[in-house]
Amino acid sequence: MSADTIADQAARNGHSEPKDESRAGLLQRVLDQVTSQVSRRIPPADLDERDPDYIRETLPRQWLLSSLYFRAEVRGLGNIPEEGPVLLVGNHSGGNLTPDTIVFTLAFCAYFGVERPFYQLAHNLVLSMPGLSFLRKFGTVAASPSNAAKALESGAALLVYPGGDYEVHRPTWERHKVDFDGRKGFLRLALQHDVPVVPVVSIGGQETALFLSRGESLSRLLRIDKLFRMKVLPISLALPWGLNIGDMLGHIPLPAKIVVEALPPIRLREEFGPDPDVDEAYEHVLRQMQETLDALASERRLPLLG
Amino acid sequence: MRAVAQIECNAPPEIVWRYVADPSRYLHFMSGITRWEVVSPKPQGLGARYKMLIRVGSAEIGGLIEVVESNPPRDLAWTSVTGIDQRGRWRLRELPNGRTRVELRLSAGVAGSGIFGWLSEQAAKPMVSGHLRRSLQQLKRQVEHEQLRERAAARRGERAATA
Repeated sequence: MSADTIADQAARNGHSEPKDESRAGLLQRVLDQVTSQVSRRIPPADLDERDPDYIRETLPRQWLLSSLYFRAEVRGLGNIPEEGPVLLVGNHSGGNLTPDTIVFTLAFCAYFGVERPFYQLAHNLVLSMPGLSFLRKFGTVAASPSNAAKALESGAALLVYPGGDYEVHRPTWERHKVDFDGRKGFLRLALQHDVPVVPVVSIGGQETALFLSRGESLSRLLRIDKLFRMKVLPISLALPWGLNIGDMLGHIPLPAKIVVEALPPIRLREEFGPDPDVDEAYEHVLRQMQETLDALASERRLPLLG
Repeated sequence: MRAVAQIECNAPPEIVWRYVADPSRYLHFMSGITRWEVVSPKPQGLGARYKMLIRVGSAEIGGLIEVVESNPPRDLAWTSVTGIDQRGRWRLRELPNGRTRVELRLSAGVAGSGIFGWLSEQAAKPMVSGHLRRSLQQLKRQVEHEQLRERAAARRGERAATA
């Protein structure tokens, strides 16, 4: 008799229900406990943790990485409004170590000065990881609507990646695709605070490893989506691990050439009327970013080398 | 990091000074400069402030600078107020036959950045030196071309007067 048949028979006899319930309850308690442990590690958004002196002192090492390792090129910074709050919307690439963020942060801080408040939204898990607390000094805060609102209300520039973990782990063969997974919260945020949206398009990040799959099914199977708010459990070939599942410990990115381009600001109410349709605005932003990414891709002759 | 470049111009210091003291000309002859914008009520001379940026590697670096020495037509020096730490100086020295030796110095760095700061300065030095060298070559071309045009205009004037 197979195990399934025994279970079926036991179920018919009414013997398994309390056991199943207690098992499910135990699992739920474990999940709740893990979730609360992770949540406890996520620091509350304190915009004062951004430290301009720290950023200034670390600019040289970012410059070395950006200029010599990634041979980065940043264009169109003049398109970003000189002052006032602005929502910078980027496409995200490179797995858990995202070179486009490093390159753009350096370029922004060098161009506008470290004195201009500049925050970046990051996944909760990134900020709760041991050893990454220094990110808060750069102005990185946990991604949430309230943190985003706080940053914009303070008059800062805010960098968001709507595609988040979904986009950053897309397969390498989709590297020239902007994929926000239909997430439109950034537009509602821009409308709510009436701030311009500046699309920031980058290329090259998805060549820093061979990304094979987002591993969405694996994430669901292991309940990672429920535990850590991660829809994905990425699978890639990356240094120094070889086969890299989850990318939780990061990886050594290959020295792919990174090019970032900031586009002219989109003032939603000026372009779409006093009550803009979010879907229409979303398509507009996405189309502009995809066209720019296509243009950047057409300039590229070889992967990695650029 | 300290970078220096010099060149000899076939023009007197007063003519060269017109170029180096005028912020509106910087974008035309300075290599790598992406911004040189007056941000003080006074456009030039002691106390004038500019927002300047120069492309070095992957970033446009610079910040707010202030003229701290202006001694026409010999020396013009500036220092940073915000941004990376920098000091710059134009030195114009008169040579025989109406020529001028032009020297441009720039020292830059980030205090407190440690070993990475030193490494980045070493890596950036050839790029900055290249910018300074090209800037002086372009300055020389522009100054000498203007001299040429002035002399040609004078000759035309003389011809018109004798005709």
